[in-house]
Amino acid sequence: MSRNPYVRPMSKTTWYLRNGRFRIYALREVTCLLVGFYAFLSIFALRALWQGADSWNAFLASQQSTPMVVFHAFALVYFFIYQTVGWFQLAPKAMPLMMGEKKVAASTIVLGHYLVWALVSLFLLWFVGVI
Amino acid sequence: MSTRQLELEILRYDPEKDEAPYFQNYSVPCQDDWAILDAVNYVKENLDTTLAYRWSCHMMVCGSCGMMINGDPKLTCKTFVRDLPDKVRIEPLENFPIERDLVVVLDDVIEKLQRVKPYIIRKDPAPENEEFNQPRSALMKFKQYTMCINCMCCYSACPQYGLNPDFIGPAALALAHRYNIDSRDQGKSERLDILADHDGVWDCSFVGACSEVCPKSVDPAAALQQMKVDGTMEWWKRKMGFPGGDS
Repeated sequence: MSRNPYVRPMSKTTWYLRNGRFRIYALREVTCLLVGFYAFLSIFALRALWQGADSWNAFLASQQSTPMVVFHAFALVYFFIYQTVGWFQLAPKAMPLMMGEKKVAASTIVLGHYLVWALVSLFLLWFVGVI
Repeated sequence: MSTRQLELEILRYDPEKDEAPYFQNYSVPCQDDWAILDAVNYVKENLDTTLAYRWSCHMMVCGSCGMMINGDPKLTCKTFVRDLPDKVRIEPLENFPIERDLVVVLDDVIEKLQRVKPYIIRKDPAPENEEFNQPRSALMKFKQYTMCINCMCCYSACPQYGLNPDFIGPAALALAHRYNIDSRDQGKSERLDILADHDGVWDCSFVGACSEVCPKSVDPAAALQQMKVDGTMEWWKRKMGFPGGDS
């Protein structure tokens, strides 16, 4: 009997479309594009700030146009689903905690992340004078 | 007990005759309490004796009956007919070369399991003529990683292994982590060069599919993320001139 193993190669360009698990992963990874966009936006904001009050006010006005408001709202929801919920869900895997002889439940660690997130958000809202 | 007719679509490949694998259909009268393995056994015993596949224990211990069931890597002894639609596609585990029909070549993973030094390494001598005591809390840290039965479903689910077969992969890395966090082991720095290498933990992009398909809840994805944290700490320690932490 001769051996002749058959290899079924994985498509390097469409593998992430294969199943739901891979698609959700790909959507999570796509958040890096939004992160990149916001990094550029921060650089533009800093430049506007450096150029003076007129430039800064023009930058603020540009962010209040309808397309930009729609984009920021989309980015907020997208980040919430695929960044916050997604990564918080995965946090207990990377950071397991032991309490004596038992592991702390994953749900407790995730809840802790949401609590810290809420506290930091409240602090920031207070810091910029919204509340 | 009632029976249900199941249409099985099984991937066939004869290395001596076939250029490429193809699907063959079988109609199997299944009983309600059958696992898919029972249906495959029915094919072998009643419809086609040439079908090749691996199985042994039929009780989730041996880890040899892993196959793709409707596109998902599963143990066929743990996947029940009652939970599946009337048409079921059965393929050999993905990401592995097909030896014949549903049998895959596992040589690569066997070599990787050995490469990660999956045994306790001591630098100080271990206690002689007495038990090597370990507190229960130390055991609980790594116990889940000892539950792996090497079914290789995780490798089949991992797209990174599919794209780069040199990646050491989920089960072997989880096994290395099991020894790294064992309080009796002192071989962490010895394994670091293998694990932190180009094809080690950093090839994992945390898809998490390995943990989702694991039939024994080993959670290899967790092990890999913890190893990334450990590896980074170790790298900084070495960079700053501190001695490496081996236990």
